[in-house]
Amino acid sequence: MAVSLLATIGVIALCTICSLDASLAQAEGHKLVITGSSTMAPLVAEIGKRFETGHPGVRIDVQTGGSSRGIADVINGVADIGMASRALKSQEQHLHGSVIAQDGITIILHRSNPIRELTDDQIRAIYTGGVTHWNQVGGPDAPITVVNKAEGRSTLELFLDYFQVSNRDIHPHVVIGDNEQGIKTVAGNPHAIGYVSIGTAQYDATHGIPIRLLPLQHIPATIETVREGTFPLSRPLTLVTKSPPAGLIKTFIDFARSSQVNDLILKQYFLPLQG
Amino acid sequence: MISSLNNISSRSKGDFLLSWSVRLLALMAGGLLLLVVSFLIHESWPALRDIGLARFFHDPDWSPIDESYRLTAMIWGTLLATAGAILLSAPLGILSAIFCHFYAPPLLSRGYRRMVELLAGIPSVVFGFWGLVVLVPIIGRWHPPGTSLLAGILILTLMIIPTIMLVAHASIAHVPIAYIHSASALGFSRGSLIWHVVIPTTKVGLFTGILLGLARALGETMAVLMVCGNVVQTPSHLFDPIRTLTANIALEMSYALADHRAALFVSGLLLMGLVVLIVSLAEGLRHRNFHVPAK
Repeated sequence: MAVSLLATIGVIALCTICSLDASLAQAEGHKLVITGSSTMAPLVAEIGKRFETGHPGVRIDVQTGGSSRGIADVINGVADIGMASRALKSQEQHLHGSVIAQDGITIILHRSNPIRELTDDQIRAIYTGGVTHWNQVGGPDAPITVVNKAEGRSTLELFLDYFQVSNRDIHPHVVIGDNEQGIKTVAGNPHAIGYVSIGTAQYDATHGIPIRLLPLQHIPATIETVREGTFPLSRPLTLVTKSPPAGLIKTFIDFARSSQVNDLILKQYFLPLQG
Repeated sequence: MISSLNNISSRSKGDFLLSWSVRLLALMAGGLLLLVVSFLIHESWPALRDIGLARFFHDPDWSPIDESYRLTAMIWGTLLATAGAILLSAPLGILSAIFCHFYAPPLLSRGYRRMVELLAGIPSVVFGFWGLVVLVPIIGRWHPPGTSLLAGILILTLMIIPTIMLVAHASIAHVPIAYIHSASALGFSRGSLIWHVVIPTTKVGLFTGILLGLARALGETMAVLMVCGNVVQTPSHLFDPIRTLTANIALEMSYALADHRAALFVSGLLLMGLVVLIVSLAEGLRHRNFHVPAK
């Protein structure tokens, strides 16, 4: 009896798998798989939804997993398009990248902190433990709380790259996951220093959260300076493909770069290509 | 256990269907656990094979980019946070259940219990958020940076008090009324009734409550991720930030690739092993020390 029961279940399972396969095959050619940066995923998912309404029968499937996964998936052919919240590295030049928006990273302090500007060297010293009290850089006599990002985040990668330090040399007091957690941590600690996306930080700072965005190399951290490309700590949000985009992939990338999606980009606090 | 398999008086079709579907469901429930464990082993196998279990304890630190995978600091973090939370919440939970039963006026007792039940239903991310914006700044004013082992212990305590209190409450309610009447007839004071009759007869129930709380504390992720600071280090005092195994998985999983990803699954496997170890230790203790009262 048990055998026949198992057999029945087996047959049902097989049938389900077969029919799934069939429906997958049917949808092929009208489905784009996009994986990668969790910074970009919400934006690309919104763009995908708008694209789907204009192109009936097309499905855009967006999955996160970090910029490195996006690149790896494109190389392995698992995804049609990868999302990388950074420029392509030198060993990735055989891939094709199309920038769809800009994002900047800003150093943030609590608003009650009297410090208005820090040099790159001072920030590096704070993060590597050379400076441990605010009075060493002209602030109040209080220990500095260093807020760092968790490993694998592209924000961390960009930060380390810009300041030329290794994550091992950083001795943080708090390690955070996403931008909002970082902002809440700094907003709740008058002696903290952290770094997050400018879009999110500027939005929160203008909506009553007690944080201050520090300028870098005398250039103020604002959406405008990132868009002009003058702010030093910024990154392009890039769609990556294995070969030069063609067909449906090209249509989608052109759509994502067009002014038709500017409102979606601004809603996520990123900066569109055209003003 | 009563078996209805050989009961010739009810060989009806309905009975047959029921007995097989119940068996199938039981098999699925048990199979699910095996499936989870085998999935964990399957996913962590690349790391166990290429990196080797020993390196998870002897590498210099946790730094997956540099292929260094030491987990001990996070194991300590998990154990210390859980132990601290149990030490605080077990007496609080049990004493408040006793208060509800023997000291509080009925109206207060009912209201209090409803509140604790509500507390049990609050999602952990809400606890974490409250901890991040209220508790951490308070501790930070006292001893910066505030995100610390202490914050984790306090949040976990709040989260598991309801579990321990409600289970204790239910088992106290099941103390045979004859015991209480006899004790009263013998002239026991309320204090010695609780201490010498109620607690000994409910030992198993109280212990089960603590075990459930323990399991919840071990597995809790979001709340501790938000208040503990997540710095990978073995804490030397209560105000040091820590990272737990669960927080490590949640922080890094979505960005992990290849060996790093497999290493995170190893930490999941380790956590599972930790739970099994603690539960079976506790089971052993329970069987050795506790007299189960006859019903």
